Parts: sequence; C-alpha cells; structure tokens
Amino acid sequence: MRELSYMEALREAMRQAMQKDDRVFLIGEDIGIYGGAFGVSAGLLDEFGPKRIIDTPISEAGIAGACIGAAVTGMRPIGEMQFSDFVVIAMEQLVMQGAKMRFMFGGKAEVPFVMRLAGGSGTGAAAQHSESLENWFVHVPGLKVVMPSSPYDAKGLLLAAIEDNNPIMFFEHKVLYKTKGPVPEEMYTIPLGQSHVVREGKDLTVVATSIMVSRALEAAEQLSKEGIELEIIDPRTLKPLDEKPIIESVIKTGKALIVHEAVKTGGFGGELTAVIMESEAFGYLDAPVKRLAGLDTPIPYNRNLEYHAVPQVENIVEEARKLVKGQY
Amino acid sequence: MPTSSKKEKLIEGVLPESKAHELLYKMVLTRAFEENAEEMYGLGKVHGTMHLSIGEEGVAAGAGPALRPSDYLLNTHRGHGHFLMWGGDLNRMMAEFMGKEAGYCRGRGGSMHIADVESNNLGAQGIVAGNLPISVGVGLSIQMRKTDQVVLTLFGDGAANEGAFHESLNMASIWNLPVIYLCENNQYAMSMAFERAFRVEQVSERAAAYGMKGLTVDGNDVIAVYKAVSEAAEQARKGAGPTLIEAITYRWKGHSKSDRQLYRTREEVKKWMEKDPIKRFAAKLDVDEAGLKEIEKKAKEEIRKAVEFADNSPEPDVNTILEGIYA
Repeated sequence: MRELSYMEALREAMRQAMQKDDRVFLIGEDIGIYGGAFGVSAGLLDEFGPKRIIDTPISEAGIAGACIGAAVTGMRPIGEMQFSDFVVIAMEQLVMQGAKMRFMFGGKAEVPFVMRLAGGSGTGAAAQHSESLENWFVHVPGLKVVMPSSPYDAKGLLLAAIEDNNPIMFFEHKVLYKTKGPVPEEMYTIPLGQSHVVREGKDLTVVATSIMVSRALEAAEQLSKEGIELEIIDPRTLKPLDEKPIIESVIKTGKALIVHEAVKTGGFGGELTAVIMESEAFGYLDAPVKRLAGLDTPIPYNRNLEYHAVPQVENIVEEARKLVKGQY
Repeated sequence: MPTSSKKEKLIEGVLPESKAHELLYKMVLTRAFEENAEEMYGLGKVHGTMHLSIGEEGVAAGAGPALRPSDYLLNTHRGHGHFLMWGGDLNRMMAEFMGKEAGYCRGRGGSMHIADVESNNLGAQGIVAGNLPISVGVGLSIQMRKTDQVVLTLFGDGAANEGAFHESLNMASIWNLPVIYLCENNQYAMSMAFERAFRVEQVSERAAAYGMKGLTVDGNDVIAVYKAVSEAAEQARKGAGPTLIEAITYRWKGHSKSDRQLYRTREEVKKWMEKDPIKRFAAKLDVDEAGLKEIEKKAKEEIRKAVEFADNSPEPDVNTILEGIYA
C-alpha cells in the first residue's frame, strides 16, 4: 500500500469529504494561503476556494460558534484550533453550547461538526503551545473525543468524525504530522468507539494514546529481546471508549500500564484505571494498575526539560519491565 | 517625561539627544539580537520557534522611554525589542532564548514567555490578546494601591479581533484605569491581512466604542510613538483613564519560523523596508551611514559576548523540573 504522512492522510480525508459532500467546509486561522500553521490544509484553498476554506481573524470563540451554528442548520463544518492550547478561548461555545444543544433541545438538534486541534509537546513551543488537553473534553457529556496515532487511523477516524452527527474533538499530535504509514487511497472509515489491539503479547497490557502508541511499540521491540511481550492497545477514541478489548487483555496478562502524554493528575489514565478496576479484570490482576504520564508541570522551553516532562521510550521500557518483574 | 539638563538639545523638542542616541543603539541591538536568533535557529542551536520584530523596532524605542521604571509592562510574543527597551539585560535575555538556567526564566519560558517580574516586566505572551484582560487587573491594583504607576499593554492587530480585547478595553474605560493600550499594527495577523480582518480603517477607531481616546501614529517614527505614549501616560497618571494607541508598522520577516510568506509580495516588503525605522531615526539624529555601521559593529560585538555568556551557562538540572510548581 502507498505511504502517506499523518498530515497528508488528514488532508486527503478532508479533500475527499469536501469532494463528496458540499456541506463540508473548513474554517480556522491561517488555513488558506498559509496552508495551516503545520501545513495540514496546504493546497485546499486552490481546490475549493475561499468560501469553503475559510480563513478567520484570530477569534477562537468565533470559530467554535461558527461551527456550531452552521452545523445545527445543516452544514458539516470542520474547525481548526491552530494549537490545541487555544481551545481554552473557545471553551464556552464548545462546552456550554455545542456539547449540550442536542440534549437541551430534547434530542431534536443535530450538531455535526469536527474540531481539529494540534496538540502535544516536543517542538520547543513552550508552555502555552504544547499542552495535551483531551481529558477536559472527555469530562463533558455530549462531546466525542478522538486521538489518532497513525496515518491510517488519522484518515479513517477523521472521515468517520465528519460523517458523525455530533460534535467531535479531534486531537492531532504535532510531532506525528510528518510520520509516515500505509494509507488506502479510497475513502474508508474507522468506527468511533473501537479500540485497536496494535500489538499482541502475553506479559503486560499497555494502553497508550496518540504519540505514545508508537513509543510503546518501540519499547515493545526492545523488551521482546528480553523475552517480555507487551500487548499494546490504542483506544483511538477516548469517548466513546471501547472497554472490551482492554478488559479482555488485562484478563489475559494480569497487568496493565497506561501511557499518555497529558499530565498524570486528572488525566485519562485515571479513568482507564477505574474502568479496569470496576470490571471483571479486577480478579485477574496480579499487580497494581500503573500510569505513566506527563509530569504535573507546564511544558518547559528548554529542550532537555521538555524531553523529560513527558514519557519517552526508555521510560516505558523501564516501567513495563518493573511491572512484569513484580517490582512496583 | 524625563527631565534634562538645560544645555542638552531636545530632539523634536521632547527627547534629550543623549537619550535618543541610546535608543538608536538599542534599536540596532534589537535587530542584531534577532538576526543572530534567526541564524542560531538555522544552525540548530535553539529549537522551537521565535517571532522577530525586525522592521518594527521604532514602536518599542518610542514606548519604553516614555514610561518610568516603576510602571508595568505586558509584552507580546514579538517582544524582544520591548524587553530591551525596558532595561532588559542582554546576557540573561540571550540565556533565556537559549534555554539556559541563567536566563530570566531559568530556561523554562523561552523567547515567547520572557519576563522580569522584578522590574515590573510582566512577561511576553503566547496567547494572542491573553495580556489584555490582565492589564485591567494591573490597572485596578494601581488604582487600589493609590500609586501613580501606569501599565503599558502591547498587542498586535490580530489581538483586536479576540473577544478579550472588547472586554478589557471596556472595563478599563468604565473604571478609568491607568492603562495604555498600544497596538502594534504590523499589517498581518500571521497570514491574515489587516484589510481582510477589519471593516474599520484603523484599529484606533474602536476606542470610540469604549468611550476612550484613540489615535493612530506612525510606528516607524520613534518620536511620534514617544509623544503619544508620553501623553497617554500623563493622562493615565492624572486619573483620566486609558488610551488606545495604534502604531502603524510592518513585519519584515515571517510570522514565525514556519512562515513561507505566500500571503504578500516581495514588492510590498521592499516598499516597507524603505521605511526602515532605524535608518529614519539615525537620519533624524544626523548619524550618517558610517556612523550607523559603527553602531552596528558595537551591537554585534555585544551580541557575540552575550552568546558566549549563554553558551557558558549551565543547562537547567533535570532534577529541578518540578520547581516553580506548587500544585
């Protein structure tokens, strides 16, 4: 199969969705001639024109509101938060309006928009441009939260998100944009709410999200040489969460390590831990469920500090090894 | 305004000549800092991104000296020049830019978040318009503490289209707060041209909506900015409330390191380069080309020493990564 970068896969998903459905349009800051801050929408202005690739002033609340208003009246917008950090300015519209509209109106309104957000650290962008805020939205009933970890998933999940009739927070990772992988040319969807067993193994269940999936895979290759086999599961959508493959895996391995970039306290790892503990997997656990996550700190500018603020391959190797060997 | 000895010549009747020469040097130093920054980025010596104010140095040069050391500064992401004009130490600034422990923010903040709280410099800002509501609080605090301080709040044309702009200017106006809103209109909010983002001709027109004084000045004219900020500060200190000043200028370089500048023409950039605030100010001070070359040489040497200082400064210790976090 041909290879595309994560960024190209996202662009292709948007292009195909816009070709297929006139109601789909893209709105955000510098998405037109600039091509998006990271180049995700490069070339789309030429193909679809300024009425469907809409550059906005720097007005995040306006972008979110425009998505909601257009969605509830029959369009299918894709909004872009240039850096996911900027979503804080759009919170009211997303949390108080977009997420609640369908429920408040007795289930009669449909609000089909996708908010794409460029998240994560690793680019030296410092404290206000590097956060991982996905779990805030997991806590809001009415929003779906998607986090693709590969080019294949990026395209399939984005197309599924565009087809969905509800507001969706679609968290991309800046460092993943240039990573490559096989992506089919045709349109395809990956259902929202379907976990993916990325690697099978018998010794430890690793649940990882976004960029941590590839880091976990790298860790698994290293540990395999020591005879330790990790089973890696990528939930792909944090909400709705497909719990079954995670629970089944923990029943098989008896141990679980959760890895995400977002800070540990109040992060999605706590939710996943509770999911495991409340399930029938509880009786099969022969070690505590462990979380490996970002330190409870804003992202530092200094390159070395930034590196150490979030889990890296060597941290996953170490934590996984300790868990498997009963050293917790 | 600063007092001067009777003998000293005043440039355009307002700015003492020696001060003016000091400002010219700092403008050249700002440009040298940023040219060096760009070079270091190219060589991989720094990571992340940076926002260069090359071509916009006149605004910082005019604004900084119009205020007192006891006043407050709320800076933007494109704020190297303002930092220097506020009295920033070049070595510690360079160290911060290079992520070193000796930097103003111990390498944690970087170019985009550089601050010096001790000198009432409340920091550069990574969120467009993020500093505007804070200025209301600083103004309120000044009023409550009954001091004669003022706060200078910087932002770009892009920030004027954030909701925070509206809330902030309105609150400062209804409470008569000592805030100077200085908009550096450099014609582009990243790739968004001013004409595409506004239906008004000038940002300063919006002042009327808040019942405050608004004016537009040539941001590449140091003295024009100096006069406007001085007047706004005087009004603010008297309790006459905030002013919105729009300084028209132009960003010669891209928005940040990822910018290919497809949204404007080379001719347009060239046209603005002819309005170079440094050359204009040098001419005003009768500094000829050879004189300017000398100044540039001196600035480059100071930059070289600052890089040496930063190079020799230690990296932050990884074991201190959680310092500064209390919850």
